[in-house]
This record gives sequence, structure tokens and C-alpha cells, in this order.
Amino acid sequence: MTVVLLGATKGMGRALARRMAARGDRLFLLGRNVDELRRSAADLEVRHASLAPVGTALCDLERPETFASALDAAETQMGKIDTVVVTAALFATQDQLEANPTLATQLLLVNFTNTVLFCEHARKRLLAAGGGTLCVFSSVAGERGRSPVVIYGAAKAGLTRYLEGLDHRFRRQGLVTVCVKPGFVTTSMTAGLPRPRFAGNPDDVARRVLVAIDQRRPVVYVPPIWRLVMCVVRVLPRFVMRHAGF
Amino acid sequence: MSAQNTRGATGERTVHATATPSSITAERGPAGASTFLRSGQRMALSGWGRLPIVPGAEVLSEDLTRVSQDLPFARGLGRAYGDAALPATGDYYVAGTTLADRILAFDAQTGVLSAEAGLSLDQICELFLPRGYFTPVSPGTRFVTLGGMVACDVHGKNAHRDGTFGRHVLSLKMRVADGSIVTCSQTLNEDLYAATIGGMGLTGAILEVTVRLVRVPSPWILEERECVCDLDELLDSLKLAAATWPMTVAWLDCLVPGHATGRGVVLRGRWAEPDEVTHIASPPRRWFVPFEMPPFVLNRNVMRAFNALSYRRQVWQAPQAVVHPYTHLYPLDAITHWPRLYGRHGFIQYQCVLPEPHARDATHRFIRLLQLRDAAPFLAVIKDCGLEGPGMLSFPRPGISIAVDMPMRSTTQALVDALNEFVIAEGGRIYLAKDALTRAEHFRAMEPRVEAFLAIRRRWDPSGRIRSAQSIRLFGW
Repeated sequence: MTVVLLGATKGMGRALARRMAARGDRLFLLGRNVDELRRSAADLEVRHASLAPVGTALCDLERPETFASALDAAETQMGKIDTVVVTAALFATQDQLEANPTLATQLLLVNFTNTVLFCEHARKRLLAAGGGTLCVFSSVAGERGRSPVVIYGAAKAGLTRYLEGLDHRFRRQGLVTVCVKPGFVTTSMTAGLPRPRFAGNPDDVARRVLVAIDQRRPVVYVPPIWRLVMCVVRVLPRFVMRHAGF
Repeated sequence: MSAQNTRGATGERTVHATATPSSITAERGPAGASTFLRSGQRMALSGWGRLPIVPGAEVLSEDLTRVSQDLPFARGLGRAYGDAALPATGDYYVAGTTLADRILAFDAQTGVLSAEAGLSLDQICELFLPRGYFTPVSPGTRFVTLGGMVACDVHGKNAHRDGTFGRHVLSLKMRVADGSIVTCSQTLNEDLYAATIGGMGLTGAILEVTVRLVRVPSPWILEERECVCDLDELLDSLKLAAATWPMTVAWLDCLVPGHATGRGVVLRGRWAEPDEVTHIASPPRRWFVPFEMPPFVLNRNVMRAFNALSYRRQVWQAPQAVVHPYTHLYPLDAITHWPRLYGRHGFIQYQCVLPEPHARDATHRFIRLLQLRDAAPFLAVIKDCGLEGPGMLSFPRPGISIAVDMPMRSTTQALVDALNEFVIAEGGRIYLAKDALTRAEHFRAMEPRVEAFLAIRRRWDPSGRIRSAQSIRLFGW
């Protein structure tokens, strides 16, 4: 595969890039920090000596004007792109978002509007090349309106619906959409929090996401137990949700 | 289920540009954490021996450079047994390095590897063994980070020949107490370099490590085992093996009464030549201890039976075999969470080196002392140490190193005191990576090098910002 990853310098994106490099996929990294991108690219190249050089380009989800040039750079280096992965996003707690409307605006813009705009850029290029896979990390937070993640969850819910719509509209033309919904995964974001029983680790997530991409599955929950958990949460009546506090 | 906490996972940024300890509390404290916490429960950290357990939490980040600004004391994979990687009382947060695991450069000609400090030895094995390279020195577990290997100046089965890990470290990039980033090596900031190797992380956070890997002829190990009947035979065999074998170690069963004391196995190993490899050896089968065992599980009779059985197994096994390197180097890594066998009170590991020229005699008396105190351990690991490490507090020195595991009991502190007094009398020293109970006065008595180390530490950290539970216990700051 030739893969463009947005947000692969950290967390699950990093783990996914390593798994892809290990099996010989050609990679191109996008992100907002050029130094970090170079370091991550060097890491992948050293880990897998036979890997083709990993290219990088600046792409900032806060600046939609960078999207086209970043994807241009990727196409120039790799020719045809057949997979685009988006793991980048912003995170803030509900308390922070309530206290700071600027932050809330920024988060909604990055996690929904600009992610959708980036996906539109990527989709057009994939379709023009005859199809491909668009894999985007959403969240289980978007499954139901829940009190600790009202604003963040709303943005992720919107993203999930957008990806679902894309899948319905373009699958026949060869565009595969993979919507990843991670539950609790032990990364820098969850560091310092007590781990629930079924916490996932980034490498395991990466393994499952890679399988989902290969099998063209439209939705994947990682760790898989969250599919079951969300089945329950989705059918809980509202008076329970109001009092449950999750 | 607090799914909002899961999100950083994907490479997102937190909104605060710098994480001051206060903002960390604000970010990671109340919002999601409360969902999981039972009321009154606090987060806790402990070493590998699960003793002591202190309130604290790791702040993990891919960006160790940023995190170390506010938290210059770092913790890797937490394999130090005691309190070496625990926050001092009141500090609560330590920087976790494990996510900072990128390789920066590798020169396939010279074997020089540069990487971020959180890269694990497990990853190094996985990536570089197939290419014919291996770490010059490996401790008994591969679940350690590069930073931790430097900070503890670890040694391994090849200690008699290749010394400690620190001898192979070319340079270090560090975040020191005043907030600046400093590179040190044998020729640059030499004092910081010498104090950092084996310095238990007390001179600053190690950000990047450059080390020279060594070439191995094949990724397999030719292992020989010899069963011995007493301690003298064991020490003789170990000494003989040291002359020709790059890797040696011996296990001693201390639970056999009478003259058989010292029944044990001497393991010798070297990297196999390609033409000696007739089959692909598989790594050891992995086991898993699912929960803390009740304290009676590891009682004397069980241990005795286990030791007898494993000794028989060793006797039956072929004396020479080509094995997977994990089988030879990391036998305990095959049992995930093995410290749970010791139950909820945890255990300590005591390791000391008894120096030449009286090492042999001292080893006899050490084992006898353990037996007299009715504290004979499950088994003891005996290894002849070679060269002294380059660090100011490096553990090894010419002599015999003994390591024993002991379950925590009410008498354990008194036992450790007695062992320490013995070690002081013999002129030996203990290994800080294992230590949890040594008293400050004992440590000073066995380490004439402490003052020189503390002087350098004071020069780089005049206000005493960088500290650990262990440094408070042993040095007072």
C-alpha cells in the first residue's frame, strides 16, 4: 500500500505507522510540526532498513490552506496514493471547553469542520485515482450524548455520521471508508488516569485497525469489547443516561 | 467509561502548550479520573518488587523534552525493584519515558545507535537481532528502557568480560535541573556523564542515548549447563567458565540442608556460529500470573519441591543446546507479572557484590548467614563480576555478586540490616536498582564514593529539585 498518515507522530498513529512500515507499506507523514515529522520518519526508516524513504509535509488541521499542498507533496513523492489515515485531532475535557469558548470553537473546528474538509480533499484524490481507503479515527464518545463529553462527543458524532455517509455514497465507486472508534487506550492522553479493566494499548489498536483496513470494514471498535459496551450504552433510556454520570 | 480520556491516543495535542505540574493536575485530575476511582482511592506507584507502594503517577508523553521541563525525574518501565523510580514524598508526579521511543539514527557499519530514552530493550532485540546486532550488555529482563539501563548502569551475564552498559554509552542528551538541555560524554561535561551513568536518574532526565551495539554471528545462543553439587564446585566452575565463555551465571538452591548447600546449575553461553545452528529455536512459552497469590503459595515446602524439580529437569536436559536468546538471557520474562507470586506484601531483591580477594570465603559466609537467620531464599543468582563500571555509583566491581529474592515479612528490615553490616565488613556494596530497605548510614559506610557523587549532583542541581524516594532515603535530598 501507499499510505498518507495525518497525525502519525504520536499515540495510535505512531503505532499504526510502525505496523505498516513493518510490512513494507510506503508511507508519507503529514503533521503540523516539521521537526517531529522528520524524527518520526527517521524512526520508521531506521526500524525497517528496507523501507522506501518516508516523506513528510506540513499539514495543520487548524489551517485548511495546507491540505492541498500537503497531499500534492505526497502524490509527487509516491505517485498514486491508495490509503489515507487521519488520527490527528484535538482533545480537551468538558470543563475546559465550558470555561473557554475560544477553545471550544477551536476544538469543534479542528475535530469536525476541518477534518471533514481534509477528508473531502483526500476523497476526491482517491476517487480520481480509481478508489482507495480513507481511515479516520473518530471515537466512542460520539456514540451517545454523554455528560463528560458533551462538546467533544458532539464533534466526534458529526464526524462519525459524515464517514457513514461517505461510505454509503461512494463505496460503489471504490472508496472504502473505515471509521475507527477507540475506547480507553493507554497513551499520553490517558496517562495518569486509572486504567479500566479493558484498556487497550496502541500497538494492539494498530493491529486491529490494519486488519479492518485490509478487510474493508466500515466501522471498527478498538479494543473490541467497546462494541459490546456501546451496544448497551446506545439502548439505555434517557432517564438512566441523565443519572449515570458517564 | 469516560471515553473522552481515550482520545489523546490518536496523536492529538492537549491544549496547554506546556504542562506545569499544576496544569497536569487540572488536566488529568478530576474530569475523567473520578469515573474510575472509588471514593478515597488514590493512584499509586511501586517498583517491580511491589514494595514500597507510594502515592504517585507517571506523566507519559511522546514529548519527553517538554514533560521533563517540569518533571526532571524520569521513570522508565519500572523494573527497578525498590524505590529507585518512585517520586519522593510530596512530589507525586514523575515523567514516564516509555512513549518517547523513537530511534534517531543507526549506523550499520559501526553499530552506533541513537534513540530516545524510552526505547525498550525488547524493541532493540526485535529490530536489531535479525540484522546481526545486539546490545553490548543486557540485564536479566528485556523490559527495560535505554534511559533506565544507563541510570542503573546495568550489567549482565557478560559482566566479567564486557563490564556494564555504561561502558558502551557514547553520549547522552539530558534535561538538567536548571531546565537546560545538555549533552555529555567522556569528553564533554565529563562529570555529568560519570554521575549520570549509574546515577539513578538523580542528575537529570535522560532524553537521548547514543550507544554502540555489537555484532553477533547469529541470533541464537549456544548454551551449556552444568549441574554442581556444592558451592565450592559452583564457584570453581563459574571461574573456569569465565575464562572462555562470554556469558556465565549460576543458580544456587539455598533450601537444601546439610552438605549439599549450593546445589545448583552453572549456565554458560555464547552466540552461536551460523554453522552450529541446525534448527530454529523457539522463544520460551509465555505464562501469566493473573492475580496476586495468597502468601502461603510460596512457602518453604513448595519452594523446596520446585527447586528439586527444576534441578532434576536441568540434570535431564541436554548439557548443550542452541537456544533462543530469550531462553538464555530472559528466563523470567516468560512469566508475565511474576512478582504477583509473592502476594500482596511484595518482596525485595537483595543484591551485593563481595570483593576479591576473599570473595569465595565471603560467599560461603553470606549463604550461611541467610540460613542461620532462617531466611534462605527461593534461589540465589551468583555471578562473578569483572570490571568496575564507568559511573560514579556503578554497582559492579571485581568479586562475586549474589542476588536473592525475599518475600516481605516483619523481619525483613532486620535481615537487610544484618546483610548490609556483613557487606560493609567485607568491603562490598549493594545494587541500588534492587534496593528498597537499606539505611542511609549503611549505604554511606559501604560507599566511599557517595560524597564525590553528591558533589557533582549538587553542582548540577544546587536547589535539590531532582529527587526520588530512594535519594531521600539514602542521601536525605
